Amino acid sequence: MSSSIPASDSPERRPAPQAPRHRALGRLARSRFALVGLAIVGLTALVGLVAPLFVTADPVAMNFGALLKGPSRDHLLGTDQFGRDVLARLVWGARLSVSIGAVAVALALVVGLPIGALSGYAGGAIDNVLMRCMDALLAFPALLLALGLVAIMGPGSTSTTLAIGIVYTPGVARLTRGVVLAERPQEYVQAARALGQRDRWVLARHIMPNCVSALLVQASVNFANAMVIEAGLSFLGIGTPPPTPSWGLMLNEARAFMTSARHVAIAPGVAISLAVLGWNLLGDGLRDALDPRLTE
Amino acid sequence: MSGGVGTYLGGRLLGAIPMLFLMSLVVFAIVYLIPGDPVDAMLGQDAERSAREALRHELGLDQPLWRQYVSWLARVAQGDLGRSIRAQQPVRDLIVEKLPATLLLTTSAAVIALLIAFPAGIVAAVKRNTLVDLLAMVGALLGVSIPSFWSGIMLIMIFALTLGWLPAIGYASLTTDPVAALRYLVLPALTLGSVMAGSVTRQVRAQLLQELGRDYVRTARSKGLGEPGVVVRHALRNSLIPAVTVLGVQFSVLLGGAVITEQIFAWPGVGQLAVNAIVNRDYPVLQGVILTVALLVTMVNLAVDALYVVLDPRLRLS
Repeated sequence: MSSSIPASDSPERRPAPQAPRHRALGRLARSRFALVGLAIVGLTALVGLVAPLFVTADPVAMNFGALLKGPSRDHLLGTDQFGRDVLARLVWGARLSVSIGAVAVALALVVGLPIGALSGYAGGAIDNVLMRCMDALLAFPALLLALGLVAIMGPGSTSTTLAIGIVYTPGVARLTRGVVLAERPQEYVQAARALGQRDRWVLARHIMPNCVSALLVQASVNFANAMVIEAGLSFLGIGTPPPTPSWGLMLNEARAFMTSARHVAIAPGVAISLAVLGWNLLGDGLRDALDPRLTE
Repeated sequence: MSGGVGTYLGGRLLGAIPMLFLMSLVVFAIVYLIPGDPVDAMLGQDAERSAREALRHELGLDQPLWRQYVSWLARVAQGDLGRSIRAQQPVRDLIVEKLPATLLLTTSAAVIALLIAFPAGIVAAVKRNTLVDLLAMVGALLGVSIPSFWSGIMLIMIFALTLGWLPAIGYASLTTDPVAALRYLVLPALTLGSVMAGSVTRQVRAQLLQELGRDYVRTARSKGLGEPGVVVRHALRNSLIPAVTVLGVQFSVLLGGAVITEQIFAWPGVGQLAVNAIVNRDYPVLQGVILTVALLVTMVNLAVDALYVVLDPRLRLS
């Protein structure tokens, strides 16, 4: 009656020599690309988290005595057109990029997962209505939809995060629905239902665990794309407003100095490309590790 | 047989109607949910009360929301997308003027992407686990990961500012000065196409590898067919079918990416129109661009569906 694991469950699981989860972790660890991806992702997150400890320079403090200076001991990556320290802006930009990406991806999961699960499990008219709504959102190019949504909500980090979350919700819902549809006719689901278990329980306890690997892969790719859209919106001047350090905004401002001070365009570009590469590598690695059918 | 294709496509077209309806709701909402009064935007905040009421009535803003939607939809169905607040010009005219530049950019980007992706993907799959494969895959991964707003800036720095081979930014019409037009086109098309090149290379490789492992390929090899014949005549043909379906998705990605590429290269397309519309709070223009692009994407997806049925006869039966 309590919430502890049923006694019949554990001895059945223990003798299995290696749980699929451990095998997947093993495969992930053996993939060099995935490890590189994981390292980059971890590094960006770490830099974003402990940014203030690393960098003493103020990312928004202007210094008109040192405009567009190249790298030096005082400013390791030089200064921008307002004399601001590029390294400090880069590091604080990591915090913004990672946090917007994380919240947007989580938002898409929290909204998309129940929609997809309900759609796939209930079927019929509910499925039809929900999926047509998702398809209608998918018909818009991601960046253009995000643009329109930010226009509704007004520029800023919060509206950017919300917009990106909404843009990736239909993808999560579609993927979840696909897995639920594939699992629903399986015998173990029939058995659970025949035992009189309630639909919500069957869905949560038996079907949903099968979505985890597909959703993990999708989440890491979404994370990469969310970072690109965030930077893209800032680049267009409708995402994060200045002077907040955002990689996209830094690149936008750097365009005016492409001939005179190239370092201001190189640093943020390398940062965003590396971060996106990291999530893509991790996504590839997870796909190979979690979907044994693809690895020969 | 064509009856089968016709029936299938008819069904798909009917299925698109509710989706188009929902899309129109989203686009309608984009303007009506925007905070601030459009009358303020058009007349300024200090306008006379009577003038404001008159404009409000003229725009139909005093009507209930559902009636506003119905009359908006009726106008859109007749090709009337409203008037630009800023340019004092019909939105349709603005879009018709800018759309060719965007389509030129996106189709050139797609052509470049396919010209890179197919050879690279095929070579990578055939020479699997060699240095060539590794290079192709690293290149594809970089293509997918480097955002266009950085690759564009880098291409300008290298090919325009340092080497001076190509103009940095700008646009020339293909009909008036084709040579200049092509010179202006190269860098933006490369920028926009690189992401698609990366992802299609990966797809072609994966798909071809899957096909090369199938029984019919073993049969073809065992009857003595040379490797180029096996790859080109058998495996590649079957890999093409899934590759075609991603074209619809890629077109959508390209149109979204064009917004940024046009901004980098001062390319006078609908993406730039949309960005300027947001900056100027010219919401009828934004609405018009988003609707036009979404309709284009839907039409291309239907066309891709048609192509899919032509390529894969099995679909006609089900």
